[in-house]
Amino acid sequence: MSGPTPELLPQSYKTDEHPIWCPGCGDFGVLDAVYKSLAGLQVQPKDLVVVSGIGCSGRTPGFVKSYGFHSLHGRVLPVALGVKLANPSLCVIGVGGDGDGFAIGGGHIPHAARRNPDMVYVIMDNSTYGLTKGQYSPTSPRGYQAGSTPYGNIEQPLNPLAMLIAYGATFVAQGYSGKPRELADVVTKAIEHKGFAFVNVISPCITFNNTYKVIPQKLKETPQDHDVTNRAKAFELALDTAHVQLGIFYQVSQPTFEEGAAEVIQKAQASGPPRLEEIFSEFS
Amino acid sequence: MADPVIDYVFRVGGEGGEGVISTGEMLTTALARAGFEIYTFRTYPAEIKGGHANFQVRAAGKLLLSYGDAVDVLLAFNQEAYDKHVQDVRPGGVIVYDADSFTPPASTGAVFYGVPLTSLATEKVGIKLTKNIVALGFLADFFAIPSEVFTELLKEKFGRKGEMVVQKNLTAFQVGVDCARQTKKQDQIKLGVGPRKTKELVLSGNESLALGAIAAGCRIYAGYPITPATDIMEFLARELPKLGGFVVQTEDEISAIGTVLGASFAGKKAMTATSGPGFSLMTEMLGLGVTAELPAVIIDVQRVGPSTGMPTKTEQGDLYHAVYSGHGACPRIVMALTSVEDSFYGIMRAFNLAEQFQVPVVVLSDASLGHRKATVPVPDMTRVPVIERRRPSAADLISYKRYRFTPDHVSPMSAPGMEGGGYVAEGLEHTETGYPAASDHQNHLRSTQKRYGKFPQVEVIANDLARTYGDPKPEIGIIGWGSTEGVIREAVEMAQAKGYSVGALHPKILYPQPLAKLKAFISGPKAIIIPEVNYTGQFATLLRKRFAYDFIQLNKCIGLPFTPKEIFDKIEEVAQHVRANTRAVAAKL
Ligand SMILES: Cc1ncc(C[n+]2csc(CCOP(=O)(O)OP(=O)(O)O)c2C)c(N)n1
Repeated sequence: MSGPTPELLPQSYKTDEHPIWCPGCGDFGVLDAVYKSLAGLQVQPKDLVVVSGIGCSGRTPGFVKSYGFHSLHGRVLPVALGVKLANPSLCVIGVGGDGDGFAIGGGHIPHAARRNPDMVYVIMDNSTYGLTKGQYSPTSPRGYQAGSTPYGNIEQPLNPLAMLIAYGATFVAQGYSGKPRELADVVTKAIEHKGFAFVNVISPCITFNNTYKVIPQKLKETPQDHDVTNRAKAFELALDTAHVQLGIFYQVSQPTFEEGAAEVIQKAQASGPPRLEEIFSEFS
Repeated sequence: MADPVIDYVFRVGGEGGEGVISTGEMLTTALARAGFEIYTFRTYPAEIKGGHANFQVRAAGKLLLSYGDAVDVLLAFNQEAYDKHVQDVRPGGVIVYDADSFTPPASTGAVFYGVPLTSLATEKVGIKLTKNIVALGFLADFFAIPSEVFTELLKEKFGRKGEMVVQKNLTAFQVGVDCARQTKKQDQIKLGVGPRKTKELVLSGNESLALGAIAAGCRIYAGYPITPATDIMEFLARELPKLGGFVVQTEDEISAIGTVLGASFAGKKAMTATSGPGFSLMTEMLGLGVTAELPAVIIDVQRVGPSTGMPTKTEQGDLYHAVYSGHGACPRIVMALTSVEDSFYGIMRAFNLAEQFQVPVVVLSDASLGHRKATVPVPDMTRVPVIERRRPSAADLISYKRYRFTPDHVSPMSAPGMEGGGYVAEGLEHTETGYPAASDHQNHLRSTQKRYGKFPQVEVIANDLARTYGDPKPEIGIIGWGSTEGVIREAVEMAQAKGYSVGALHPKILYPQPLAKLKAFISGPKAIIIPEVNYTGQFATLLRKRFAYDFIQLNKCIGLPFTPKEIFDKIEEVAQHVRANTRAVAAKL
């Protein structure tokens, strides 16, 4: 994917639009990591599409010099699938919040995972609904107190990593926005991965759910000798809720959706591409 | 050569899943190949097996506009089929029934032929399930439909299953023929060879639509199964890959339309098809398509609502939803398909409108149209020239503004992969560049004006496409929409033959409305009837808002399409009041 000179630097992907995020928002770290990995891979802006839903994370496409699609709350994946299907040569990165992805858009994730389109899906997980001012989200801990849970959250949080492993995603990883360099490495590997790459990023919300103090104490690198193709071990890491494990949990190779589609097309065209007139004759 | 005035309605009724539909379909294809025009109608149960199914085919030596009124020949496989349909058989009509299954009371004024279909199939063929082929043999010989057409058809249909199966079916057919030869004919019905010599296709509305989509350049289809739209997806799943396209069966309708919008953004022509409940789910995305100015085609093959309603029955009940669904000022184009033939060209026009104006186009079909088959001339692909979206020039790409305000309100649209064309397709209100401008009051006004600014141009096309027929200066006018075109036309012909002055207007684009045509039409007649297959008169209501005119509604709400006579009767009723100069009363009818 190396492009023509001049070489693309991380700042080459910055637009004139200044992020509207609160100063100190974890999402800045995610954006920086994305810039870094794009530059590292020399992804051409014209061949890049960033698709988002709605939420603080939803504004991301406006901050990346590329093509973008700011869609609806929870609908990142269907739109991204359409883009990829229309033009498989594009680099497609979907971004969303934890509410966007796991609440309203939760129905799409298993299907994206099992279809395995070659795209990256980054969740900026702040365990709250940032844009609507701090209600609890599907990843908020029990007891989380906010506008809609004045007496504390009574629901159990989802485990995004375990879910994605269970859904059959072919790449499942976690990063922390406070460690953008390490995060950039993970995002790079996600982009390089051929298939559906899921990256959960712990991205604290400085305004409504400031976890900057607690997260660093829980951080842990996935073990050096972790075999990423071992699904059971990947589950084990995902279920370690005492820690925030950083790195790649699971990565396997499966045919992608586009490859499948190309095969179907090849099969259908085995006897040469038919003209419409020939299809008509089936009905006479 | 047969008499061109031949015009017969055959109806087959029996248990669902037992070959009723395939019997009807074979009869249809055979009649079409024998040179007749055909027009079918089917109702079928919501159950997969069991329940009652029936299939009707009208065959004639002239162009057909509706499924007809009374039944000439009823083929009843069981008592239920007889009970359900006997009242539709015209006096002097024919009832062929399976004598092994039941004995009808012979008192209806019809001519009865009891044929032991089940025992003939069991004893002479050895396969009970071939009773419908035995029945076809009987009908073919008894009504002089050329046998060769059927035998060819049986070979084609069963050829893939092996020589054995073909032979068994040919035997079954012959058993039916022999039985007919031993039966004394007591009726006058005789078809022979039809007058048409040119090749025509036998297509359902859904098939015609799917072919039109391919012709228009649609290469991506995303959808979720729902009756009566599913066969569009199944058809395209088979055909699109042959042309390099692809079909995704998504996890729901939200995803379907999301995939369509994503594909359109990335430069492909894309479509989805659904029915009412699925269309409801698509509403939010429709708004996104409008504000992000993305070409997309959304088919709603309407069925009876609300909610899951009557899934296999027909209604024109989604017009309000098509026109008004979505929040905010949300202009989209709404079209309605009028016939099997029009489904081909209509869908091509829908893609053209979507591409030309960069807006989602909602296309309304319905169960009766989607599932009926008709003979249509081989489509002429040059009739509707294919239009592509406006692309940015090199100059546009120097400092690209995706949503640039232009004199005709249409902006050049880039696609990923184009150097310099990068932008964000926005669901938020945005500036010309696509930057969100959620707090800029004046920009919202300008952007809204831009999106609605395309409408006058669409209206010109809508006026062009609106069709009139019947008396050009009628005393009684009819305004119809969608799949009622043919039946209205037939009713108008019936009324004209009886000396009434009747003329009709049938718009194809319903929103924006063809105002000039409507205005001109409405100023003429003494009374105007609006027939709709819905309860409240949705189109009549839309028109009342634009024209202070007391339209007379004719509404049918039993899940079935109109028959010509129902519309004719209304014309006659209104005509009598108009003649008696009691328009005030007519208006209240
Ligand atoms: C259909 C719909 N429902 C509700 C909303 C309101 N809404 C906007 S953002 C949001 C939650 C965002 O939370 P999350 O996805 O976690 O992202 P964050 O803002 O924290 O990045 C909600 C409920 C909406 N835009 N659309």
